[in-house]
Amino acid sequence: MSSGSVLGFLFPPGIFTLAFMQNAWVAGTAVAVISGIVGFFVVLRGSSFVAHAVPRGSFAGAAGAVLIGQSTLLGLAVFALMSSLGIAVMRRGRENTVATALVLVAALGLGDFFLSIGNVYAPEVFSLLFGQIVGISRQQVFWVLVISLTIVAVVAFAYRPLLAQSVTPETAQVRGLRPRLIDAIFLVLVSAAATATVPVAGALLSFSLMVGPAAAASLLGRRPATAMALGVGMAALSLWIALWLSYVTSWPIGFFVSSLCLLAYVVARLFITRRQGHGKVLGSLEGAPL
Amino acid sequence: MNYLWQWLWPPGLWANSDVRTAFFIGTSVAIAGAVVGVFVIIRGQAFSGHALGDVGATGAAGAYLIGISALWGFLAAGFSSGIAMESLGDRVRERDIATGVVLAFMLGLSALLLYFISTSTGTAGAPIAILFGSLFTVNPAITPEVFALTALSILIIALIYRPLLFSSVTAEVARVRGVSARLLGLMFMVALVIAVEESALVVGALLSTALLIGPAASAVQVTRKPTSAIFLAVLIALGQIWLGIILAYDSFFWPPVDRGWPVSFFITSLALLTYLTMRLGTSIWRHRRSRRPRTTSTSSLVASDAQGGTLT
Amino acid sequence: MSNQEVNDGIDAVDANSGHLQSSEALPVLSISDLLVAYDTKVVLNHINLSMRAGELIGMIGPNGAGKSTLLRTIAGLIRPQKGTITFPGLDRGDELRHRKMTKVGYVPQRFDIDPDLPLRARDLVGLGWDGHRWGVPWPSRLRKEAVDKALTLVDALSFADAPCGRLSGGQLQRILIAQAMVSDPSLLLLDEPLASLDLRSADAIVEVVDRVAHETGVTVLLVTHDMNPLLRAMDRIIYVVNGNAVIGSVEDVVKKDVLGALYGYEVEVIQVRGRILVVGDDAPVDLSGGLHHMTPRPEVPEMGSRIAEERR
Repeated sequence: MSSGSVLGFLFPPGIFTLAFMQNAWVAGTAVAVISGIVGFFVVLRGSSFVAHAVPRGSFAGAAGAVLIGQSTLLGLAVFALMSSLGIAVMRRGRENTVATALVLVAALGLGDFFLSIGNVYAPEVFSLLFGQIVGISRQQVFWVLVISLTIVAVVAFAYRPLLAQSVTPETAQVRGLRPRLIDAIFLVLVSAAATATVPVAGALLSFSLMVGPAAAASLLGRRPATAMALGVGMAALSLWIALWLSYVTSWPIGFFVSSLCLLAYVVARLFITRRQGHGKVLGSLEGAPL
Repeated sequence: MNYLWQWLWPPGLWANSDVRTAFFIGTSVAIAGAVVGVFVIIRGQAFSGHALGDVGATGAAGAYLIGISALWGFLAAGFSSGIAMESLGDRVRERDIATGVVLAFMLGLSALLLYFISTSTGTAGAPIAILFGSLFTVNPAITPEVFALTALSILIIALIYRPLLFSSVTAEVARVRGVSARLLGLMFMVALVIAVEESALVVGALLSTALLIGPAASAVQVTRKPTSAIFLAVLIALGQIWLGIILAYDSFFWPPVDRGWPVSFFITSLALLTYLTMRLGTSIWRHRRSRRPRTTSTSSLVASDAQGGTLT
Repeated sequence: MSNQEVNDGIDAVDANSGHLQSSEALPVLSISDLLVAYDTKVVLNHINLSMRAGELIGMIGPNGAGKSTLLRTIAGLIRPQKGTITFPGLDRGDELRHRKMTKVGYVPQRFDIDPDLPLRARDLVGLGWDGHRWGVPWPSRLRKEAVDKALTLVDALSFADAPCGRLSGGQLQRILIAQAMVSDPSLLLLDEPLASLDLRSADAIVEVVDRVAHETGVTVLLVTHDMNPLLRAMDRIIYVVNGNAVIGSVEDVVKKDVLGALYGYEVEVIQVRGRILVVGDDAPVDLSGGLHHMTPRPEVPEMGSRIAEERR
């Protein structure tokens, strides 16, 4: 195979020049970065179920927004915040999982209602659920970037308290950090990340982008900063490859994102097993403290 | 009064064959979900139950593509994932993360299969039906299978009732007494998969948790015995599904469009509503009770503890 | 009476000639040359000991010495790599059967129970009676009588109908002892029953195990951090350090030369107001029978709190 055809295969025509692909590259990269950052805290706190539920709950918002002719992002943001608020208010020990699950299905049921009473165009529903790269407009890119920069700024500002609260909640409280406030910051971060990620990766699969690379990175990285950087790197790499595959095959990007995230996790597990016999895993989905 | 009756039992409700099928299948599914759900709550497996519903979508999409009933697709995906999840390891934390990542992958796969369905049919009808379900469009021919599966799941729960409870509450003590947590976990997983996937068939893969966890979570708020929790959960589940069917039937005459609101929407909303009411009610009741002055030493736990302590 | 010896600080030898029980009776439990290892790390080595009927034995030692491992091995939760655990005093039949049946009662380390668990304290005790059997429980007079008897034994009748998840730590501990006692065992094993209990609840537990051993004749072996609450009830003590153990009466074991040989360096034993302190060569860091100063751990309380504890 000549070098020309290899290049032609690697860079099919239009992958960087088409307007919607440019939007997808920019928005996708931003989304991968914030997923890596927020996912780091999700895995550290063992809040994967929240990361799973909030993007899903936000689906109803997008469906409702389409119904009343508003911006999808606005609908996503409102419902993401409402879902996290509901989870935060109802949490209580192990009940957390139960409350999260019930808030989640109620929000999805509402989404079903919006879908059925409005004649939402089928591909639109589909892209909301599973992600579609052609669906991203220039205006959405702008807002995704704004949200991403805000998340980065908030994390940079609250990095140490967030870390302290996630690792040793009791000590953090003794030192005068307010746990409720930090929980609230965390939930807002997850909601913001969900709002930005859902249009790209889909409501059902934003979760894999947020948890997969971060879980893999937490296996490999020994220091928090290393783990976070690794997570961001793996999320970005997964998203770029997924974007390329999705462009070539025109299959939904969510499928590739979740497959690559599974791959990253499995490789990290195998690596860690060979390195030390057994792996340490941060975080838990079941009965976790928010 | 007459008006209320009309509303609860709208004319033509029972004459409608879709409603009759929905009623029979819904009743059967609600019972299985409630009975198994109480143990899901006791064992703290809400996330596993939820994940099993989600992965069911992959199976149902596959079943649609090869042209068999969605129920078998749901069950096949549920059983393979459930057994994989059960054998992934003993350490809960590791298993949960692994469950999450595998769940994400299965959803990705279902995205692909549903994409194939929607491109081949040109509509989102089938994918939406798999994800969000619709009790009124379930094929009446599978009613006997649903009944048999419900009976099987209840039979399994009846068989393992005591050791399952023992092992779920005090796992180590049960192990010392020769109860195999692994065997019970697998047997319970079979009952769980049946309940979840039946429920996924009825309210959709994404909403199956509403019938599994909703009634049970509401029931454990107000009961102190497993048997009464199961009994109450079944009652709540039946109320939830019957009311859901009636409301959905009524909603054909409701605005904004005259084609009815989705029955899954009613069922999930009722699940959350019941749970919230029960929780609020019990916390208000407990609050008021704890403020009442204690009269006898056995009237409250605190007092009886002090009594026990003075024996030393 | 100092006929015990420590061979190279490795072998544990039954140091007590048995002044409390008739030495003719067969021991309830006999352990010979036990070796337990996780992967390649040896946790217990050359353990030899035997216990007679009706003895109350406390097991003590620093963190990570292997106390819980020994208890769990006796309970059958851990398989030893070498050595035997037999129950010679019990009727014939293999030891595994005894364990599975009712001869060993096990009370695990304290754990949290979900406050909404629909299970009364009485039901938890009932699981000790028939939790290992298949099927659903049927009301039986025999079962109720056994449960009531066990509840009476631990002074728990006053909160027998309260939900398990809403019991205090001491109450739950007593219920778990009742659960272990309801099957009428010959040997009762308790893992850190006094941990994180206030003084009064801890005294109540000591009262209960004292009664179990000396009135019902059940051999009791319990792991504890602090030997002092048990001093008045304990017949013998097992002192575990670095996987080695010495058994004997408190006076025989908690002595300068015995513990020095076990630890491998010089220690002092100090008696202050009826409490025993074991002190390493640098500072009196220890009240509880474990020497922590070799490996300073964050959970070791500072001097201030220890002095405060002593004042009580």
